[in-house]
Amino acid sequence: MLAILRDLLRYNLEFRIGLALVAIVLVMAGLSFVSPYPAGDVFVVPPDMPPSVTYWLGTTSRGQDVFWQLTLAIRNTLGFGIMVAVLSRVIAIVVGLLAGYSGGWIDRVLMSINDTFIIIPLFPILILFYFVLRDTMSTPLLATIMACLGWAYDARLIRSIALSLKTREFTQTSIFSGMKTHEILAREHLPYVLPIVFSTTMNNMNWSIGIEVTLAVLGFTDINTPTIGGMIYWANQHTALVAGIWWWIAFPVALVAMTFIGLFLLAVSMNEYIDPRSRLARMGGSR
Amino acid sequence: MSAYPAYLAKRLAQFVMVVFIGVNLAFVITHASPIDPVEQSIAVVTSFGSTAPEAIAAMRSSLQELYGLKGTLAEQYLTFWSRVVRGDFGPSLSAFPTPVSALIGRALPWTAGLLIVSTLITWVLGNLLGGLAGYYQRNRTLKLMGVVAMGVHPIPYYIVALLLLIVFGFLWPVLPITGGSAMNLQQGWNWAFISSVVLHSILPALSLILIGLGSWFLGMRSLVSNIVTEDYVVYAETAGLDSRRVLGSYVMRNALAPQVTGLAMSLGGIFNGAVITEKVFGYPGVGTLLVDAVYAGDYGLVLGVTTVSIIAVSVGVLVIDLLYPLIDPRVELR
Repeated sequence: MLAILRDLLRYNLEFRIGLALVAIVLVMAGLSFVSPYPAGDVFVVPPDMPPSVTYWLGTTSRGQDVFWQLTLAIRNTLGFGIMVAVLSRVIAIVVGLLAGYSGGWIDRVLMSINDTFIIIPLFPILILFYFVLRDTMSTPLLATIMACLGWAYDARLIRSIALSLKTREFTQTSIFSGMKTHEILAREHLPYVLPIVFSTTMNNMNWSIGIEVTLAVLGFTDINTPTIGGMIYWANQHTALVAGIWWWIAFPVALVAMTFIGLFLLAVSMNEYIDPRSRLARMGGSR
Repeated sequence: MSAYPAYLAKRLAQFVMVVFIGVNLAFVITHASPIDPVEQSIAVVTSFGSTAPEAIAAMRSSLQELYGLKGTLAEQYLTFWSRVVRGDFGPSLSAFPTPVSALIGRALPWTAGLLIVSTLITWVLGNLLGGLAGYYQRNRTLKLMGVVAMGVHPIPYYIVALLLLIVFGFLWPVLPITGGSAMNLQQGWNWAFISSVVLHSILPALSLILIGLGSWFLGMRSLVSNIVTEDYVVYAETAGLDSRRVLGSYVMRNALAPQVTGLAMSLGGIFNGAVITEKVFGYPGVGTLLVDAVYAGDYGLVLGVTTVSIIAVSVGVLVIDLLYPLIDPRVELR
């Protein structure tokens, strides 16, 4: 594990930039624990102050310090992304491994459902969910719904690996030595798909955070829990841009863009590392 | 091409499956809700002024009828499906008594036009540039494009739309930033209206294109850079074939097939972008309709837009899938 990290750091510029960006974002999120005032509260500081030495990133029209508000918002946003990623990973692994290993009608049924979820436009469905659950819509609930909708693409990837694992000799050996299906999947096949799972986690987080920001901007989430999208929503509500309070929108946008780019670069560099051909090319071994 | 009928049957079955699951999902979501749409609609209507109790009772019964909430769950399910098939979602509450289907019918051409044009531009441009970047790997400009694509591609639609709005709305106001066309024009096939529509669509389309471009660019680049190491390409190059010909007929052609599949799969996702983009630019499409319907608490309209968008996207995927064998002769016609 450490050797992989060392290789990535040495040969991969994307990985270094991505790691640096994610590190900054994580530090921001961590700072929320030492916030001088409850970051979710309103009217704790004078409103509409531009960035200064006292208020590093200015204050909002609701009397919040943008910097400390941002630390809590990014923590919640990241937490949401992780929640969706973990839950949907579980579904994707189970479906992908099972479909690839079993084949036959199980595979066909699972993949038909899978294809449906890949194609269906999720955004209107999420809005429909919000519409009917308005009063009870909370961040964990939204995360669960999104996880149930967002596993399909990765399940297909995992299935394609499982298909090739199935024909390998060690699978036959395991079957003849009397291992049960779930044991083979969990102990023999799972380790092979984990690298792919790690890199798709980053992409899935980006996807879910992107949708959460979009929904929140429209006011279609629990806007009382501070998130990046929620901050932009409130800024819009107070017409911050027209009023010239640009820092209220600019800093959340910058931070969430950093998160996206950082996670994306990590995913790309990990993907490249998994593929031995491009890894060798990067290290100067071939081509 | 002899296997085409089987391929056709398989794709059609998939299409039916998507629509079936999608519409059922819409039914389940709305019926599992703790909110009673009838009571809610009554609340919306009575908030405009006081209404007599008898009138409310009459309204309750007619709303139940309209929303298909009469009878047992099984009856409601059948009513729901027959309504979907007929495209009848009752009257809109926020634009009473205009039927939901009329509102959607008015908005759909705007969204379809915007999405089809911007998706095509994005796809062609992204694949062309990505292909070039994968083939001419030492070219500085193309390398820089790759870096920009990596940086821009993961940013959500809203942010880009907002940036365009700031730049062209406040800093350099040369383009209309809101609406689908100028207000005072006669809608139809006249030059003034068409040019106004085109002008108004530039910014929304641009925000969709800017975000979409990156992923096609990166995808095509990595596909092409894998293909150029294949034996047949190396052979063609060693044999002294013109590099433009190698790129066009050997490399790009073979890399394009997965990108067509990708186009079908990305259609569902494009809708996300369209909703927020339309809302930001006040574009009179389905996205704006949906968002405003949620704000107004318009049950029939939300349900109608969701169902129609599921069907519309599935049709788009079906069309691309059916054209696919014409583009790639190696397609697995299983």
